[in-house]
Amino acid sequence: MLDGGIGTATKRREDVRFLMGRGKYTDDHTPAGTCYAAFARSDMAHGRIVSIDAAAAEGMPGVLAVFTGADFADVGSNPAGWLINSRDGTPMYEPKRPVLAHGKVRHVGDAYAAVIAETREQAMDAVEALEVEIEPLDAVVDMAAALADGDNRVHDDLPGNQCFDWGWIEDNREATAAAIEAAPHVTTLELVNNRLVPNAIEPRCSIGEYDPGTGDYKLTTTSQNPHLTRLLISAFVLGIPENKLTVIGPDVGGGFGSKIYHYGEEALVLSAAKRLGRPVKWTATRSEAFLTDAHGRDHVTRIELACETDGTFIAFRTETMANVGAYLSNFSTATPTFLHGTLMAGNYTVPNVYVNVKAVFTNTAPVDAYRGAGRPEATYSLERVIDKCARELGIDPIAIRRKNFIQPDQYPYASAAGLEYDSGNYDALMDVLERRADLAGFEGRRAESERRGKLRGLGINSYIEACGIAPSNLVGQLGSRVGLYDAATVRVNATGNISVMVGAHSHGQGHETAFPQIVADMLGVDPATIEIVHGDTSKIPFGMGTYGSRSLAVCGSAVHRATEKVIVKARKIAAHMMSVSADDVDFADGQFSVPGTNKFVAWGDVALKAYIPHDFPLEEIEPGLEETAFYDPANFTYPSGAYACEVEVDPETGVVDVVSMVAADDFGNVVNPLIVTGQVQGGLAQGIGQALLEQTTYDADGQLLSASYMDYAMPRADDLPTLVVDHSSVTECTHNPLGVKGCGEAGAIGSPPTVVNAVIDALARGGHDVAHIDMPLTPVRVWTALQQA
Amino acid sequence: MPEISMRVNGTDRTVRVENRTLLVHALRDGLRLTGTHVGCDTSQCGACTIHVDGAPVKACSMLAVEADGAEVETIEGQAMSDGSLNTIQQAFQDHHGLQCGFCTPGMVMATAALLRENPKPGDAEIRHALKGNICRCTGYQGIVNAILAASGQPVPAAMDSEPAPVAAE
Amino acid sequence: MYDFDFANPATLDEAVAALGRGDAQALAGGQTYLPALRQRLAAPDTIVSLKRVEGLSDIEATVDTLRIGAMATHARIARETADRFPALSRLAGNIGDMAVRSRGTLGGSLANNDPSACYPAMALATGATIHTNARDIAAEDFFRGMFETALDDGEIITAVTVPVAQAAHYEKFVQRASRFALVGVFAARYPDGARVAVTGASSGGVFRWTEAEERLSDRFEASALDGLTIAPDDMIEDLHATKPYRAHLVSVMTRRAVEHA
Ligand SMILES: Cc1cc2nc3c(=O)[nH]c(=O)nc-3n(C[C@H](O)[C@H](O)[C@H](O)COP(=O)(O)OP(=O)(O)OC[C@H]3O[C@@H](n4cnc5c(N)ncnc54)[C@H](O)[C@@H]3O)c2cc1C
Ligand code: FES
Ligand code: FES
Repeated sequence: MLDGGIGTATKRREDVRFLMGRGKYTDDHTPAGTCYAAFARSDMAHGRIVSIDAAAAEGMPGVLAVFTGADFADVGSNPAGWLINSRDGTPMYEPKRPVLAHGKVRHVGDAYAAVIAETREQAMDAVEALEVEIEPLDAVVDMAAALADGDNRVHDDLPGNQCFDWGWIEDNREATAAAIEAAPHVTTLELVNNRLVPNAIEPRCSIGEYDPGTGDYKLTTTSQNPHLTRLLISAFVLGIPENKLTVIGPDVGGGFGSKIYHYGEEALVLSAAKRLGRPVKWTATRSEAFLTDAHGRDHVTRIELACETDGTFIAFRTETMANVGAYLSNFSTATPTFLHGTLMAGNYTVPNVYVNVKAVFTNTAPVDAYRGAGRPEATYSLERVIDKCARELGIDPIAIRRKNFIQPDQYPYASAAGLEYDSGNYDALMDVLERRADLAGFEGRRAESERRGKLRGLGINSYIEACGIAPSNLVGQLGSRVGLYDAATVRVNATGNISVMVGAHSHGQGHETAFPQIVADMLGVDPATIEIVHGDTSKIPFGMGTYGSRSLAVCGSAVHRATEKVIVKARKIAAHMMSVSADDVDFADGQFSVPGTNKFVAWGDVALKAYIPHDFPLEEIEPGLEETAFYDPANFTYPSGAYACEVEVDPETGVVDVVSMVAADDFGNVVNPLIVTGQVQGGLAQGIGQALLEQTTYDADGQLLSASYMDYAMPRADDLPTLVVDHSSVTECTHNPLGVKGCGEAGAIGSPPTVVNAVIDALARGGHDVAHIDMPLTPVRVWTALQQA
Repeated sequence: MPEISMRVNGTDRTVRVENRTLLVHALRDGLRLTGTHVGCDTSQCGACTIHVDGAPVKACSMLAVEADGAEVETIEGQAMSDGSLNTIQQAFQDHHGLQCGFCTPGMVMATAALLRENPKPGDAEIRHALKGNICRCTGYQGIVNAILAASGQPVPAAMDSEPAPVAAE
Repeated sequence: MYDFDFANPATLDEAVAALGRGDAQALAGGQTYLPALRQRLAAPDTIVSLKRVEGLSDIEATVDTLRIGAMATHARIARETADRFPALSRLAGNIGDMAVRSRGTLGGSLANNDPSACYPAMALATGATIHTNARDIAAEDFFRGMFETALDDGEIITAVTVPVAQAAHYEKFVQRASRFALVGVFAARYPDGARVAVTGASSGGVFRWTEAEERLSDRFEASALDGLTIAPDDMIEDLHATKPYRAHLVSVMTRRAVEHA
């Protein structure tokens, strides 16, 4: 292993600028002449725009322009990235998603006008001076009611508000029903996967610029994927050609999904910049973030588990209503379907799986992928119903899982939900977990808690997820409008240092440190000589960005491929320099040599030679040393894990304390263990937050009640225990060159059911027969359940 | 528009503000000290934490005019005089106490305030002291470890499946 | 936020005068008022800062009272009352976070009378006296329901006199998002009896729980409260708690306050 190469816990180099206050986030950029946008947002969930009179606002101090929906009536719509067909073959309903609401407002926070002024405050002052008449309409909030009521419509031409009614795998429907019918035991559970607000701590921000001389546009924006944003703006919304639009995602303060998507504010600042000939900046307040960032989850599910009386699984059947909000955000149709339904076999050798998902429009903010995206919903349903089943049958929760695990000799394994798992070893993970979590010592700890009047419970979970999205041919068949490859260019400069342009975007994941480890490892050079360039469409070849735990598995593989190509070329140059055939040249530790001779050339000499090609046979070797690779994965990757959590419940108040959390994950090979541990811990905190704290509540009128940190409980340091992470159990991914799987979402996928299972266990051990409590398990909910038990 | 004078990170600065300008905007927009961040509008996230006259303050919850004549310290003034990371900053890097880095300036400033009052805080005291600083990325474990290390205390060996970190290049 | 004039008086008289002109509003620590301004929930034409006004932040002890300046910050109160009145010190040390405590003040909290704030329970349970530029107001008469107080327009709290209890404790059940009190109970024992005040729970704002006081005046022990409950009807119901749950918490927190006193 190269010191500083793959597998080294290298400290992150990007930390230095962040720790010094020298990070450059979008809002830290203020080009000369910047003016500011503020948005007029609906304070009602549903209404018909009767009139907007901007005369008074236009006369306010500092005001430069006012835009309304009418200004964008002719531009394109912000599209859904996946086209889903319903069970009967009909295509989903895709409403127009305009830059500014036109005709109707459809959720609280829906922007219908924007003011541009010299200062932010002036723009906000002028927004209040707009004279607006909006006729209120009844809000569609509850999903079941939305489906039932054909008259109350989020989109006027869609009675019943159903976006699609999807079956997976439709051909398994009958067989699954028959299997459940015939099964000796069926466990049924109805549950809610609670709606979450992503809450990256950096609010969204966008700066539009336009150069009237060249006609070039530039968008600096809080994006996880600048190329995707450019594609959406170019191909769908504004029609600006890609070669006239640069999109830059500079330092970005977290995303968790919410910054994948293209939002109307980005199109607005670009259009305004062109009209005014000045840079236009908009920075969201946290209140705007709550109202307009794409939310996550929000499933209402009924799941059935059919099994033999010994706990052998026979079938899983899931019926879900998935809230998509008022408009289709870019991945909103993929998340509850292919990122959810395909995982409904879990880590288990279950023969029958069927999933039905109805996506429902409501007068709420759009809902889309949030850390884990579909897989947390799948894992939560499965692992809760398995736990309930184990309890009903009197089987130990670990034993029932082990009994049904896919075994190491069964790979590649075709799951009943349509995926082909390439590798895994779930018993090995459970072994690690049992040791790291000291499960043998649980009873002693429980007794100690009891002495203090607390109910202690143990929650167990095992999960599998699909990462590294995704093979383009597969997702294309499934309805994706884009390919999901990634790209990298490795540029060896004349003096031997290296620039690597990557399509993945780092907003906390540490790519600037981890990607050089790969290249350094392959080239045998010092990682310090390698720089990563990301987040700028004018500098990098292409890229689909960072989400779905895909950066390393997909973009890292592209880096690997490009580096391989560089080595091939460098070998040719070295062979030429040593006057031998390339086949005779060995490359190791940064040096080219000819075995059996004392001939060698160093890496630096080859690099220099590439740019001083005075004696090159030009028909065989081009000057320069730079290669690009586009990598399209052959399959998803399948990280898996086993988690344990212990909670203490105060039976008097219902307060749940998470006292321990242990994650044992299999991520395949690990490039930088320090970073991987941090990724898991962050995910665990979000998962514990979902399980216990984070509650997104709309009232019947569609008002968001949990619209600030006063009412939306973010996990804080004192809400969390020491987060123990172990990724020593490794089965390599078989189809990417690094053997890696992806770790970014695991913690958020694995932890919610672990916590809930632990609380139910604690209550059961205390003699309280509570089958289920919906997340978040707030004190009032736990206490109320105890009163009813 | 009033003009205010402050001593910022040891240097006298003056800046023109409106009465309604928050201190955080005077620093970011007026003095171009963009290391102090804004993460909320209800004074709860702590991304804007700085020190005013030696005490931790949320720069979004103080008017710039109130800071006239004050001694202000921000993240930009925390490094050692030779430009290297100070003990707290170094510990954050060593223990992976940051990911996206957005909460980080506030975390570092809060940590400095904590260690001034309590040079050897325990795990629970650290977590209590960080109540006003939200991090969405790290799960706080790296931050707690960093603060333990910065105060010369042992860091729990919870992650013993891993080799020890090595220096960044 | 809307713009305003800014006054920075050095004396109480100047401050009173400034507050008397137009739609002026006092600014203390700003930990409540500035977020409100930021969200454009208020539009005063003048802000009168009390920071420079002399003599408003001192903490003085007599034999059986503490006289605390209105502008004393939570941090300072936590630090300087630790010996004389640990229950008050701990209450102050648990408000918000370090940064909030270095700006926020006792006077600001009382004047604001947030239904889930901590000090109102302390003031009521200790029988504190609120001194203003114009008069002295008994805590009993000061709190007039959520966000309402006996203060007249432009009246400034200057100090609060707090009788030190023989034993006391503030038990706070935190609302997990805001970290204010979902329910907070201050229980205190005095030679002439026990006093119990409850914040966070009632739609009428902070209140004294007289039934609990009667029982505890006989015997200041948690067991004296056995079987005592409070009716849920007037409790607050919101997304964090139901009425019955808040009512339940009132008894549990009261018992715990007495246990820890
Ligand atoms: C993140 C956070 C967490 C918090 N947590 C808690 C908590 O757990 N418990 C709790 O009790 N509080 C909490 N608070 C509120 C905090 O204690 C405030 O500081 C306090 O309520 C208001 O005090 P202030 O000095 O900041 O007043 P300001 O915000 O300056 O003023 C508040 C109001 O009082 C008026 N006012 C101020 N001083 C006077 C005076 N001397 N005379 C007359 N009127 C006056 C002002 O005009 C204004 O209307 C929290 C605040 C924040 C931001
Ligand atoms: S920006 Fe100051 S606390 Fe959030
Ligand atoms: S590191 Fe991203 S919010 Fe803390």
